[in-house]
Amino acid sequence: MNILKTLMATAAMAAGLTGAALADAKDKIKVGFVYVGPIGDFGWSYEHNEGRLAVEEALGDKVETTYVESVPEGPDAERVIRQMAQSGHDLIFTTSFGYMNPTNKVAAQFPDVKFEHATGFKRETPNVSTYGARFYEGRSVIGHIAGHMTKTNKIGYIASFPIPEVVRGINSAYLAASAVNPDVEFKIIWVSTWFDPGKEADAANALIEQGVDVIMQHTDSPAAMTIAEEKGIFAFGQASDMAQFGPNARLSSIIDDWAPYYIERSQAVLDGTWAEKDTWHGIKEGMVEIGSFSDKIPAEVQASAQAIADGIVAGTVHSFTGPVNKQDGSAWLAEGETADDGTLLGMNFYVEGIDGELPN
Amino acid sequence: MDFSSLSPIALIFSIMIAATPLLFAAIGELVVEKSGVLNLGVEGMMIFGAIAGFATAVETGSPVMGIVGGAVGGALISMIFAVLTQYFLTNQVATGLGLTMFGLGIAALIGQPYSGIKPPSFPAFEITFLTEKAIKLDPMIPVSILLVAAVAFFLNKTRAGLVLRAVGENHDAAHSLGYNVTTIRLLAIGFGGACAGVGGAYLSLIRVPQWTEGMTAGAGWIALAIVVFSSWRPWWAVVGAYLFGGITILQLNLQALNIPIQSQYMAMTPYIVTIIVLVIISADKLKASLNAPASLGRVFHKSG
Repeated sequence: MNILKTLMATAAMAAGLTGAALADAKDKIKVGFVYVGPIGDFGWSYEHNEGRLAVEEALGDKVETTYVESVPEGPDAERVIRQMAQSGHDLIFTTSFGYMNPTNKVAAQFPDVKFEHATGFKRETPNVSTYGARFYEGRSVIGHIAGHMTKTNKIGYIASFPIPEVVRGINSAYLAASAVNPDVEFKIIWVSTWFDPGKEADAANALIEQGVDVIMQHTDSPAAMTIAEEKGIFAFGQASDMAQFGPNARLSSIIDDWAPYYIERSQAVLDGTWAEKDTWHGIKEGMVEIGSFSDKIPAEVQASAQAIADGIVAGTVHSFTGPVNKQDGSAWLAEGETADDGTLLGMNFYVEGIDGELPN
Repeated sequence: MDFSSLSPIALIFSIMIAATPLLFAAIGELVVEKSGVLNLGVEGMMIFGAIAGFATAVETGSPVMGIVGGAVGGALISMIFAVLTQYFLTNQVATGLGLTMFGLGIAALIGQPYSGIKPPSFPAFEITFLTEKAIKLDPMIPVSILLVAAVAFFLNKTRAGLVLRAVGENHDAAHSLGYNVTTIRLLAIGFGGACAGVGGAYLSLIRVPQWTEGMTAGAGWIALAIVVFSSWRPWWAVVGAYLFGGITILQLNLQALNIPIQSQYMAMTPYIVTIIVLVIISADKLKASLNAPASLGRVFHKSG
């Protein structure tokens, strides 16, 4: 009886799988994108939209893409995502952390539509994939440069929300900066927004007032870069190169390149081979790019920064390599130990040496 | 905690810079509402003013012309609202919301070639008293205060101001006295649009200074809240704008100083203060109803 049941189940599954695979191959697909900011933010949403344009170029008339920009994280996001699912999209990219729950909720109601959520970790149904980039690898490189370039030993960090993604970046940058400059001090401002140029500019001014001479940011607009240029200090491009906003201020940048991933996943839907997965790519795969080095950086620092990037690609360097303690002094990584992805994905603590309390 | 590194003068100037765009938009909307019109399109007019001002400044090379451009742009786009609500008698709330969305969209469209361009920098007075470091004071800050003084004088001390208030209190009575309600409201809406436009141009030319899509990020809505907060009294709009700007700047500076307060609480403080003040103001019902223009948001029709 049991054997019969198993056999029947296997047969049914096999039939189902072949059926699904055959039915899933498509001639033309519709791909939707949901952005948290305007595509003209010259940062985060801008790069996602560049990825969308790359899909259009690569797949030509086999694909139709649509997007909705400036969608707030929250109930509005669910409405927008549902509308996309209802209007015949085959694949929907939701490109901000705060879309995690709305994406999963809508995905459960539309099993035939594929969903891809950026920087999240919830995949509640088999039609949800998650993807993210190891921005923290880039933070190691620019943290290294910042540690060398600061004269006041004060580095400013404009942070958005205390999610693991952002906390990881702060920790990674701090470890790299303090490795080359033990006196370095991080001043962190949480602005509680991804995109508000006015507030980001105010935060940059407040940091400069406190003696900061290098600014990093984890927000989406080039406002801080503009202020850095005006006040004659240094900053790094975030998500996009941002060179045009700070020809003198910009030292380097972390650039997001989503195009290869977006093309690959759209192609997978066309072929009917799309399957749920979690992707976390870094400098090696090209999802994280380090922008060109400014000639204001001394040649030997450029070389050592490049060595870190090359080491990460080769696998010989890891941004989180022990000994590292947590902020409260408790041991986290032993000598030579590197952090596992699980801990990194859920990172909710500062490493030792960072002042201030992490908002919860 | 080390407060010594926090220069009070520098802090006050930062607060002024944050408060000034809000003040411009709020004082304009205050006049509009005093005439009995509720224009919820402040955000749209601000962002349109931001790009109109930015584009004018870049094309002419003159930041002062940029401010003028922002005012003209804001006034022009407000005329869409004026014509719809005053001649076609559309619902003011819906039209205002529509104006916000239209403004955000058209500004993004016009602004595309202006992304990543540096605007000509604004002339500023160098102020060196009381501080060791020179602080730059842009002339628009005193201009905003002068504007408030002019509006207060106009509303309370002039005949034209009295007529405008009469239109806002009871448009039927004002009409029966022979005043042209529609024209007066048209002018008020245009003034409000110009002020919101200047507020937007201040943002894109002085506070940030750059053009980014959606850069007002809700400032127009805060300006609307400030008008209610002020209970339609011009000088209280200054208090509201500086309170809001002040708390925003203060919380950023406290974080930079490493004061251990959760940033979420600090981020919500300006809004909490606004709510508390609103509750206090509305506690006295008679006073609240006396302050709000009685015809606010109501459609005026000559035959009505």
